[in-house]
Amino acid sequence: MIKRDLVIVGAGPAGLSAAKIVLEAGLNVTIIERAHVLGGQLVKQTHKFFGSKSEYAKTRGIDIAKILIEDLEEYKNRLEILTDATVVGMYPDYMITVYKENQYLKYKANSIIIATGASEKFLAFENNDLPGIYGAGAVQTLMNQYGIMPAKEVVMVGSGNIGLIVSYQLIQAGVKVKAVLEASSHIGGYLVHAAKLVRLGVPILTRTTVKRANGKKRLESIETIKLDDSWKEIPGTETKINCDALCISVGLTPLHQLLSMANIDMVYISELGGLVPKKNEDYETSMSYVFACGDVTGIEEASSAMIEGKIAGLMASKALNKPHKDFEELKEKYFEQLNNLRQGPFGKKIRLGLKKVGEGNC
Amino acid sequence: MRIKEHPILSFEKKKEIHFTFNGKDLVGYEGDTIAAALHDNGIMHFSNSIKLKRPRGFYCAIGNCGSCNMTVDGTPNVKTCLTRLVEGMIVESEVDEVWIDD
Repeated sequence: MIKRDLVIVGAGPAGLSAAKIVLEAGLNVTIIERAHVLGGQLVKQTHKFFGSKSEYAKTRGIDIAKILIEDLEEYKNRLEILTDATVVGMYPDYMITVYKENQYLKYKANSIIIATGASEKFLAFENNDLPGIYGAGAVQTLMNQYGIMPAKEVVMVGSGNIGLIVSYQLIQAGVKVKAVLEASSHIGGYLVHAAKLVRLGVPILTRTTVKRANGKKRLESIETIKLDDSWKEIPGTETKINCDALCISVGLTPLHQLLSMANIDMVYISELGGLVPKKNEDYETSMSYVFACGDVTGIEEASSAMIEGKIAGLMASKALNKPHKDFEELKEKYFEQLNNLRQGPFGKKIRLGLKKVGEGNC
Repeated sequence: MRIKEHPILSFEKKKEIHFTFNGKDLVGYEGDTIAAALHDNGIMHFSNSIKLKRPRGFYCAIGNCGSCNMTVDGTPNVKTCLTRLVEGMIVESEVDEVWIDD
């Protein structure tokens, strides 16, 4: 059994940002990551970020991952990084069990930060399990991380930022994007991303969804159908589009399983993408000394995940009686940055969701 | 198929890694996951649904969905989307027959 001050589960933007703060405070840290590289989903995000300069706006996701990893270099002697390692259990006595390359490891932590992120949602339609129907993020991983052409001709379902950005990145990789489908009456993501696609001749079809997928062993074509004002299918509007991949980009849902397993108080908030932990103002869950940050506490963006990670790091350092030397100053700064990110029409859903979960300060 | 030209990323040809899939000799490259190398070789049928045995490809590519599970070097239910390819690896699908794209 290995004893550590803090164990962080997940090395995405939230987990890495949390690690830096806790290391700065002088504690020892173990980061456990399921993939073989650090950075979470940043490692496939070739686009430049929006938001504010403090969260690396105008920098590509792939480069932000490098920065977050480099930031931890100087603390090597107090930092242990486990990659290819999956946390399989979390227990009330702060025991964490890990499966790593045929080994079963046990960690006992004084404090735990859960930053497991999210997974892609699915969509119900006929034949939706045919090979060739992928999550938009899966396709992004395949092409941007491994350099593999995911398909020749793709249809994207969902015009949120992920759908729009991945569509553009598919074109950059040499794939033809035949259409972006959007069930609602308006484009979900930023218009600047949508405009790039439209300029390249990609039709964005609003009030349109997938009726069914066709193909014997794999996807060969799809049928779209128009929706009316009350989201009902309009018979007779079915249109066939030939394609060898269909990307589903209809949102994400928090990877809550570890928290649920530990019997931590959870609540279903649709605005936040699904089951999220209840947490107090100090980012602590119903299990004391267990903190949560990033998409696992509600679907947002990498920018807010990084700030949330820093806040969780601050709070964990304080809980362990070794508060960061600039605790008060940083706390105020990070909460302000977070509130700024959540302003405006695109933050409305998040603000509503957080209100429901009881975080009144946002 | 590999991406050859890209405006932002560069994919240099890496060291070849030889492995077998259902007894067939295949080639991947250093840094590939098993799933990535299989996809590159035209293999998209990764598993079957449990009840109706419908063919499934991967869905998430990051270890969440479980539809890419295969037997690797004798260990069943390995997530091939997360596991890196190693020289000499023996990969077997957990379905009787998989189809391969031309």
